[in-house]
Amino acid sequence: MREPSSNRKEVRRRNPTLPRDGFGFALAALTLAILLLLATAWVMWQVKQVMSANQFRALWADFVLVLVVLLPLGLLFPAGRSLGQAGAARRALQSENLIAARVHGAEALTWAWFTLGYAGALLLFLLFVLFFIANNVAVGRTFFQLELIANSFGLILKAFWVNVVIFLFAGVFSLVWGLVVAVAKLLPGKPAQPIRFIATFYTDAFLSLPSIIVIYLIGFGLPLTGIGFFRNLPLEALAVLALTLTYGAYMAEVYRAGLESIHPSQWAAARSLGLSYSQTLRFVVIPQAVRRIIPPLLNNFIGMQKDTALVNVVGVIDAFNQARIIASNDFNLSAVTTVAILFILITIPQTRLVDRLVERDRARFRQG
Amino acid sequence: MSFLEVKNVVKRFGANEVLRGLNLTVEEHQVVCLIGPSGCGKSTLLRCVNGLEEIQGGEIRLHGDRITGPGVDLNALRRDVGIVFQSFNLFPHMTVLQNITLAPTQVLRMPEAEAQEKALALLRRIGLEHKARAYPDQLSGGQQQRVAIVRALAMEPMLLLLDEITSALDPELVSEVLNLLRELAQEGMTMILATHEMGFAREVASKVCFMYEGVVHEEGPPEQIFSQPQHERTQQFLASIIEAGRL
Ligand SMILES: Nc1ncnc2c1ncn2[C@@H]1O[C@H](COP(=O)(O)OP(=O)(O)O)[C@@H](O)[C@H]1O
Ligand SMILES: [Mg+2]
Repeated sequence: MREPSSNRKEVRRRNPTLPRDGFGFALAALTLAILLLLATAWVMWQVKQVMSANQFRALWADFVLVLVVLLPLGLLFPAGRSLGQAGAARRALQSENLIAARVHGAEALTWAWFTLGYAGALLLFLLFVLFFIANNVAVGRTFFQLELIANSFGLILKAFWVNVVIFLFAGVFSLVWGLVVAVAKLLPGKPAQPIRFIATFYTDAFLSLPSIIVIYLIGFGLPLTGIGFFRNLPLEALAVLALTLTYGAYMAEVYRAGLESIHPSQWAAARSLGLSYSQTLRFVVIPQAVRRIIPPLLNNFIGMQKDTALVNVVGVIDAFNQARIIASNDFNLSAVTTVAILFILITIPQTRLVDRLVERDRARFRQG
Repeated sequence: MSFLEVKNVVKRFGANEVLRGLNLTVEEHQVVCLIGPSGCGKSTLLRCVNGLEEIQGGEIRLHGDRITGPGVDLNALRRDVGIVFQSFNLFPHMTVLQNITLAPTQVLRMPEAEAQEKALALLRRIGLEHKARAYPDQLSGGQQQRVAIVRALAMEPMLLLLDEITSALDPELVSEVLNLLRELAQEGMTMILATHEMGFAREVASKVCFMYEGVVHEEGPPEQIFSQPQHERTQQFLASIIEAGRL
């Protein structure tokens, strides 16, 4: 007898993979939550001991400590949910309800990850607290003496004004100077070749030079030349010059990338309508490029802001220099922490602004 | 003397000789269709006529006036010769109205109000007056391409170059663009169009030029080119078009 199936198509069927119930993972999350609960209590106990050793007693502090100890209780909620879903998944598997098992299993995983995420953050926080109070609050004493921060704040804020003035001037100058350099690099035709060459050399050179060296050379060097003009300039102006030269190169690169990012077909369309080179730049290319280059320009601006702290190498009394003077009098770095806080305070809003601009641009791009 | 004379034009991109001594004449009110395989230099020829590409040999004359070589005022030339591209190339940051009025106000120094009035009249003609304040990305491909044509027309060119302007369009949007071209042809607009729309070429062309390897290989009235092509290359090209069901 012949096999009758030889010319019949076999129906192929894939065996469905069994979903995992996530029970082990849920259990691990719950264990971790309980361990962290204990760890938090222990760390807060250490804090309490350090406080009593230093004769620090305050009801509000105790209250805060107790609150922190209770904090990880919140972890029990997602961990419990995870375990519950894992149980449901297991039961569904036993009754061979694969779809329900998958749904509950996925839920169990999500809640377990949720637990892990918050547990991780809490762990980092506890480590930081331990670091802070280690060696009888050495870290806290060195960097965060509230009294010293408060005392030095006025002086440092005044010196910080120097940083602000320097970066405002250097910012405006480098924005303008950068555009000049970028346009010089993009000049068309053979006659402009020497100009393009110089502009390229300039950007190459200043992109590779560390700003601290430029500040040093210009701040110390130019007055040494004895040329009247430079000798009489205040140090702050030389710092502005140095930062403008350095960041002008960065800005120029951003402008150039922005202008070149406009598709050649836009040039062709504009020129074919009779618009001149500069009309095309002005009406078609620059307006489209600007949206794209504002975020990177702002990033450069933020970078320059931070580099104003380098001007201390030539003796400008900026916030950092002032803080160092105070710090060496106090034998304590809290004044420098003040400077750090000031820089953070002025930079964060700008960083957020850049993020928002980038996001807005992306949204427009997606839509278009 | 013809309206447009392309004489022995040579165009090279580096070592790649794209136009190899090309000759072409166009009379006023003629519609000339350029056909030929992809890469044969149709776009390049149109871009040379508009001064978007420099040529390495020969010359091009418009109304007897040399429009290639040193000393030519390209911006002035481009007021008389408009070009429309396959990819529309509208300015995405400007409204439809601004797209159309930019060149008349900046190049012809037409007062803003007058330019807008003219632009609106042109938009009314193509039925897109209600889109005047819209941005290009809010328009369909066919609408964008018609706006691009009208943008070129706003400069009142003597000669309009159209480079495969329906190739990037969805099939159902092609006819609205071709209808506009048909109207322009009837009004006597002088046009050179590179196209793969053989049916349309057959219908409106005064002359069809088959380009091959950088020269005009065969030219003649549409009936002759499409029905009795003389050269083997032309026959092969048309056979492949028929095979693809496009003729
Ligand atoms: N800007 C350019 N640079 C270098 N080569 C080019 C450029 N533009 C076109 N070419 C070349 O010229 C030839 C003809 O191109 P094109 O005129 O676009 O042909 P068609 O429009 O007939 O398809 C092609 O080989 C193409 O690679
Ligand atoms: Mg082409």
